[in-house]
Amino acid sequence: MKWTRRDLLKGLGGLPILGAVWWAGAATAVGNRKERSEILEVLNIEPSLPPTVPEITGEPVRVGIIGFGIRGEQLCRSLGFATNEWMEDMKLEAENDPKHKALEDFMNQDKLNVKLAGVCDVFDVRAEKALRSFSSEDNKIKRYGTYQEMIQSGDIDAVVIATPDHWHAPMAIEALNNGVHVYVEKPMTHTVEETYRLREAALNSKAVFAVGHQHRQTLSFKTASDVIQKGTLGHVSLIQTNTNRNDDNGAWNYEMHQKANENTIDWQQFLGTAPQIPFNKNHFFRWRKWWAYGSGLSGDLLTHDYDRLNCVLQMGIPDSVMASGGVYTHNDGRNVPDVLQVNMEFPNFSTGSSQQQGKEKGMTFCYSATLGNGFNRPTILMGHDATMELGNRLTVWPDGGSTRYAEMLEAEKMRPSVPIYQYNPGANMPDAISSATSQYFADKGLMWTYINGMRVDSTFLHMREWLSVIKNGGKVSCGIKEGFEEAISAHMAGLSWKLGRRIEWDAANERLKPIEGIDFDEVLLSSDFQPEGAILVG
Amino acid sequence: MIDENLGLPVKRSVTLLRILIGWHFLYEGIIKLYNPDWTSFGYLATAQGPLKPFFTALTSDSIIGWVDTLNIVALLIVGITFTMGVFERKGAIVGIGLLALYYLAHPSFPGMPAVNVEGNYWFVNKNLIELVACVVIYNIPTGHFFGLDHFRKKKLIKIS
Repeated sequence: MKWTRRDLLKGLGGLPILGAVWWAGAATAVGNRKERSEILEVLNIEPSLPPTVPEITGEPVRVGIIGFGIRGEQLCRSLGFATNEWMEDMKLEAENDPKHKALEDFMNQDKLNVKLAGVCDVFDVRAEKALRSFSSEDNKIKRYGTYQEMIQSGDIDAVVIATPDHWHAPMAIEALNNGVHVYVEKPMTHTVEETYRLREAALNSKAVFAVGHQHRQTLSFKTASDVIQKGTLGHVSLIQTNTNRNDDNGAWNYEMHQKANENTIDWQQFLGTAPQIPFNKNHFFRWRKWWAYGSGLSGDLLTHDYDRLNCVLQMGIPDSVMASGGVYTHNDGRNVPDVLQVNMEFPNFSTGSSQQQGKEKGMTFCYSATLGNGFNRPTILMGHDATMELGNRLTVWPDGGSTRYAEMLEAEKMRPSVPIYQYNPGANMPDAISSATSQYFADKGLMWTYINGMRVDSTFLHMREWLSVIKNGGKVSCGIKEGFEEAISAHMAGLSWKLGRRIEWDAANERLKPIEGIDFDEVLLSSDFQPEGAILVG
Repeated sequence: MIDENLGLPVKRSVTLLRILIGWHFLYEGIIKLYNPDWTSFGYLATAQGPLKPFFTALTSDSIIGWVDTLNIVALLIVGITFTMGVFERKGAIVGIGLLALYYLAHPSFPGMPAVNVEGNYWFVNKNLIELVACVVIYNIPTGHFFGLDHFRKKKLIKIS
């Protein structure tokens, strides 16, 4: 058998093609890998590990729920108690859509060593719903007429406060003074004055105090802290955070229960120190829309964004705050703004600098919100060297003008359009996010985080941490210091919007710089302070 | 053999087609082979169409590793057989199967949102066209004209 040159050419002609393609593919893949590991080596970011909490053993903690509305029910689920109605609804949802995992997630949630011992709600229907669902032969749950009765009963070790804002501080202070542990929803307080009183009570009490900023449990935020500490972004001069919602629920127009009337609601107790007005269903169910009970975007949603960043950066209370906005999308009688822009100034804050000393210092935290558009604007931290998008996922892009990465950019090992770092703890999990509002909450770390590829409710983790500190000692991640910073910052934003003026913080004396002729708390609570240009109806 | 009657232009065209498809598969396979982080998870998890449950099931922890390995092996088989011109009919069958899976995971059916797609398609997309091209390769083998099969053909002729 003899092969000619022609035979060899025809028979082996494919070989050089195979060799060339193989070489090109291998070189590209290995090159990309090398480039990536070189970048990762330079960045040296350590993805955070799931939090470990000492076991909550011994006698179960006897928990009392104050306020069993929308949030109160959610908090109970995180503690391991779901109402019959919710279980039924979620079962139906899961039957209609196999991707709906709320019930499955709830059933898989670890059990906490708690005993639901009491409930306190001024609306009979809600209190009875809690009793019907949670009270059993083994565990009789008691309904208390007032929060004082519950706290002073001696049968309750810890309270979860999920009431309108104007009740947060009085209830928390009462509990702390009686040695009862507190988990209070945000914003921590409703006025400036009670923020100091609550801090005093928390510092003087042996009881454990926690504020419900559950996103502090989100793994990506812990990793984000490392990104900042390693100087990855360089000097961050601007932070952009947003609220974008465009639905009734997002605008606090919650459903009004048909059985709600003067006989089923203890209206006087709801009002408390608020202006004494006749029974009003609208105010009861949609209290977030009035300064008398709530605090609108600044207390309700800005606080989440502020605390998220305070958790990552520890920037504390801003030196000054300027806010503007108005009631532009829901002119329905509310007096809290539905479009709000807040600029918080931190002139002495720095995340570190890659340039000559003294060139960079200071940062603006910009919060921009509308309840009339649902376009998803991400949270962005803008540094001289890189930009970070902060959500349940993290993404870092190098900046074209970076000093730190100048050489790598020059050598085209980095490109401004290509992320140099991405962190996605849920990468191996297809998400079934049902609505734009839940996507909004999920991105902010408010709904869940991922642990070993499993989706875990961040509120569950937050409450577990609180219970563990109650039993084992230690420190909660959102305690009185963090709560104080959150509340003061939110009040500064509310005041600035109402007064149309810059509100300043005197850090040395830990107080707001006084403005002549202005009583800050009177302004915060009032319904008729109108900033220039805004028309308030109501 | 059927192709003995084919004209030179046909042989050349089909050979060229075979080599280019082989090139494409081979490069995809090699890139994945040398990238330990690569996974078909995203492609499968975002699957659409009537077979969506099947593709979603493939993303489970216990299976996804096998799916990834098999995908790379299949890509390399098509790549090597097509560029080298040997066992190309077997390679074509593997290619047809692989492309059918790719097509069905993200079919270009009207009314379905196009995910990660760079063009506009109505039923027919590039995966489907490449699949049919593999059918052509199956039906018109050219390995003996240009490829390792040339030696086998020669041997056969010698023996006969």
